[in-house]
Amino acid sequence: MGTRTVIPFGPQHPVLPEPVHLDLVMEDEKIVEAIPSLGYVHRGLEKLAAKKDFNDMVFVSERICGICSFIHSMAYSTAIENIMKVEVPERAQYLRVMWAEMSRVHSHLLWLGLAADALGYESLFMHSWRVREKVLDVIEETSGGRVIFGTCKIGGVRRDVDAATLDKTLKMFDDIEVECQEIVHVFAGDPSVHKRVAGVGILSKDDAYALGAVGPVLRASGVTWDARKLGYAAYGKLEWEPVVETGCDVPARVLVRAKEIFQSIGLIRQAIKKMPKGPVEVRVTGNPNGETIMRVEQPRGELVYHIQANGTKNLARFRVRTPTFANIPPLVKMLPGCELADVPIIVLSIDPCISCTER
Amino acid sequence: MSDEQSIELVERSQVSAKAAEFKAGGWRLVQISSVPTLGGQEITYSFDKAYRLQSVRTTVPNADPVLPTITGAYFAAFTYENELQDLVGLKVLGLPLDFKGNFYRKAMNAPLTSSNPDGKAG
Repeated sequence: MGTRTVIPFGPQHPVLPEPVHLDLVMEDEKIVEAIPSLGYVHRGLEKLAAKKDFNDMVFVSERICGICSFIHSMAYSTAIENIMKVEVPERAQYLRVMWAEMSRVHSHLLWLGLAADALGYESLFMHSWRVREKVLDVIEETSGGRVIFGTCKIGGVRRDVDAATLDKTLKMFDDIEVECQEIVHVFAGDPSVHKRVAGVGILSKDDAYALGAVGPVLRASGVTWDARKLGYAAYGKLEWEPVVETGCDVPARVLVRAKEIFQSIGLIRQAIKKMPKGPVEVRVTGNPNGETIMRVEQPRGELVYHIQANGTKNLARFRVRTPTFANIPPLVKMLPGCELADVPIIVLSIDPCISCTER
Repeated sequence: MSDEQSIELVERSQVSAKAAEFKAGGWRLVQISSVPTLGGQEITYSFDKAYRLQSVRTTVPNADPVLPTITGAYFAAFTYENELQDLVGLKVLGLPLDFKGNFYRKAMNAPLTSSNPDGKAG
């Protein structure tokens, strides 16, 4: 056994846009143990539920994350609707799918850009983010916001989208799809990328399941599980299958996210084409009384909202378990045995969202 | 496919054995959460198998705020259990990776307990 050294990784590091810390126990250049540390920017948002009206908590939940903001508000609204047994209009359910999948496309493009940057492909990074801007343009056109959509509410959605804008959305995604194919072609086919990351950050199928991995990290290890299959919003009425890869390494996680971009574009097309006419919200009165554990699929994986309501305007408990929180034990498993130089891309491969985790 | 859910109430002393049962049955740990009650905390452990969610709930009184770990069955529970120690003020016995209340940097201890209704640092 060689001499052991502890190297701190984070909380500030070029691949980490947000603060998280790892103590890396090293033997020469090899990692033998990784100890995570969180909580540098914990906001205590769960505590706000005790003071804010449950209707206002839609806005709080949307601000948990700047990438999957809409999905947070949809998860929370659906949880309250389940407790109050609110029947949400069908058109609103399809609009929710459309906006949730737009969030997934721009989140995965953001991640592909960060991955390209970490691998030294600066122009690919800028290309990915340039295409992502086009997705944000569509989001702005349909919702009025680029980061915070502000469209979800308990009982449906706040705004409808007219037929002309939906047609324009379909056309814009035709162009975005072509540009995404060019980007994904580099990630999937470039021998330098493959040589750099093939076999790096291995997480076996058994470990992924046993350690509670979620999202693309779980599916890249060969486990077919996607919360959208629970059928919330209009997902149960659309045709699609989870994207699964069996490589168990960094390239497998890249491929899952890359293929999910096209899957999401397909879901947006289906949602727009199948969207019925009609109202987009129902009036909700009274206070919730009951409990539910709501699960939805964020770009990073399964998001859990545990809501307990007691018949007053304040919730008894507003608990959020984010996908990054669930993917920390799998990350701790991936790192031992790896070279120090591989740590940035392995950490990045779980697509860490510390903003979500520090809710 | 709908999100089928059920909650089973168990004694605190049974939590580790119950978790081992779920593990042996091929269930995935989804989350551990806490809800403050007048006399303590309700701790809920949720597991998934084939899109079915099953939860186990136990009660921890404020007078004796200790809980056994389930990391023997689910190693990944160390994050949730350290969170319980930091935010709820429980002592989880047998944690293999114990941050001793320092998993989160915070201005006050146990902000999510019923004895801290305002959640303000002292």
